[in-house]
Amino acid sequence: MTVPRQGDALDAVVVGVHPESAMGGSRTETAETPAQGEAKSGSALIVNKLTKRFGDRVAFDDVSFEVGYGEVFGFLGPNGAGKTTMVRTLGTLLAPTSGSATVAGMPLSAAVGPQIRARISIMPESPGLYLRLTVAENLECFADLYELRDAPERIAAALRAVNLVDRANDPCRSLSKGLRQRVGLARALLNDPAVLFLDEPTSGLDPVAAREVHDLIDEQRKSGVTIFLTTHRLEEAERLCDRVAILNTTLRLIGRPDELRKQLFTRTLDVRIRAPLDNADRVFAGLPGVESWEPGELGVYVLTISDPSIATPEVARALVAAGADLLFLGESRHSLEDVYLELINEDVEANAR
Amino acid sequence: MTFSWTRVAAIFRKEIRDYRHNRFVIMTMAMLPLIFIALPIIEIFTIKATVSSSKLDTRIGLALLYMLLIPAILPSALAGYSVVGEREQGTLEPVLITPIRSTEFLLGKAFAALLPTLVIAYVMFGVFLAIAALFADPAVSSAVFERSHVLIQLLFTPLLAGWSILVGIAISARASDVRVAQQLGVFASLPPLAVVALMSENVITPSIGLALGLAAALLLIDGLGWRVVAAMFDRERLVTGNKT
Ligand SMILES: Nc1ncnc2c1ncn2[C@@H]1O[C@H](COP(=O)(O)OP(=O)(O)OP(=O)(O)O)[C@@H](O)[C@H]1O
Ligand SMILES: [Mg+2]
Repeated sequence: MTVPRQGDALDAVVVGVHPESAMGGSRTETAETPAQGEAKSGSALIVNKLTKRFGDRVAFDDVSFEVGYGEVFGFLGPNGAGKTTMVRTLGTLLAPTSGSATVAGMPLSAAVGPQIRARISIMPESPGLYLRLTVAENLECFADLYELRDAPERIAAALRAVNLVDRANDPCRSLSKGLRQRVGLARALLNDPAVLFLDEPTSGLDPVAAREVHDLIDEQRKSGVTIFLTTHRLEEAERLCDRVAILNTTLRLIGRPDELRKQLFTRTLDVRIRAPLDNADRVFAGLPGVESWEPGELGVYVLTISDPSIATPEVARALVAAGADLLFLGESRHSLEDVYLELINEDVEANAR
Repeated sequence: MTFSWTRVAAIFRKEIRDYRHNRFVIMTMAMLPLIFIALPIIEIFTIKATVSSSKLDTRIGLALLYMLLIPAILPSALAGYSVVGEREQGTLEPVLITPIRSTEFLLGKAFAALLPTLVIAYVMFGVFLAIAALFADPAVSSAVFERSHVLIQLLFTPLLAGWSILVGIAISARASDVRVAQQLGVFASLPPLAVVALMSENVITPSIGLALGLAAALLLIDGLGWRVVAAMFDRERLVTGNKT
């Protein structure tokens, strides 16, 4: 069933999320018009060879990716990688230099800017609240800018979603940075966006406040909101995102966090024994699943393996048979941070050459 | 998606709410009118009723002209703040990512500068008229209440305000900081006042017809200027310009 929203003719065709579901958590997937089903089965974002330059400076170059509805997509990259510029470009604030994109089902162009902006929302790097106005007054202003018919209910729902009901009448000036960030998030939820862009939502927050923002994002994710999250906090991306892309002017990698780890790193088995082996070659050579090995510090060996479930028991048996005192045997885990640093270092080295 | 008065009203209401807690705005709104009404009041009490009627008329005209500085200057201080001020505080980007159109944003800002200006200017004129009627010499007060004086005042208050709001917003959309925008705005708001000055000084013979003609011209300029201002509002520049 189509729920009428904000008097926008385009809504009949392209609707991503039900108004009552985005913050409530209960999605009514079953009762949908064909138009809605179609929109949802497509992609929330399609970016095709998009480039943005400021004069000679390239903000991002030839970037292509897709984000599906309901996905949480992490956009990672070091300072100056072009993350904010990408968000602003997809949010129709900046015109791309070349390439094309589809945002919430609409082709990116200046002419449909207002329609696109009605269907998405962006929480910028700094929330940019009217500090002299109260929380509620800030939200009222934006509810009107979105022409929400049920403004009071939407505002109340947004405040509930970010646990700020009791601060509604406080001037924003009196709020801490973390609370201001939450008001920014509430503001971004008002129009029930098909795509929610969050530009470094936890930058500058202490761990507790950052955790709270993570939990809020998690709740939005659970209620099916498509989220485009830029960050350089890797553990944040790893925790929240279904897929991540690593940008450093060009798109370097894209995939699920665990896939990226696999893609970038060979699998290895770390071995530690009390005393170094006399002849390590004789112990490891020819073991099933073990491709090569390298000694580390005293008593430590790093084995390149193809399949840990085969190699691990074989290596254990071989070591015991060789009379070694086994202290540790395990597959080494690479975090997304390793992937990221590896990539960015490659770039730095490439530039140095 | 079409032009929306709801969004104009949203900006207007937000602005008015913001004024209430903005000490600079409150001070400007309180002090400026007091300064510009003080002199005309002194004037009507120092004019000797025995001077020739044309001399009397000139001096009254000057006093009233002085009061027209309120609608000329006050809104340029408010409007000058409008775009740069938001950009400096980083509040412009969140607004621009809503479906708002440039004209809606600018109109909201313009009305928010216009309304308090009109209220203050007319109230001040009312106070002036009341004082003239109650306390001034009858010859002076009848000169004050002369039709063309009152008409010029009533007519030119909104038109001058309109002009200086336009110019103020235009400068604000292009300037890089609030101070500069406000100072430039005040200067730029004065030229149309010069024409009114010539008229009240009898350099151009004042007549109701002439006043109406001038008013129509100013109205036209205000209307056309609006398009120029809307065209000057460059979203991309406003969003990215704050980096430099
Ligand atoms: N208005 C502008 N004019 C010129 N260059 C710009 C402008 N905005 C951004 N850039 C440049 O584009 C590149 C990408 O900037 P952007 O702000 O998108 O990076 P970012 O990934 O968001 O960085 P951060 O992590 O610091 O927020 C940088 O080299 C930046 O200097
Ligand atoms: Mg950024």
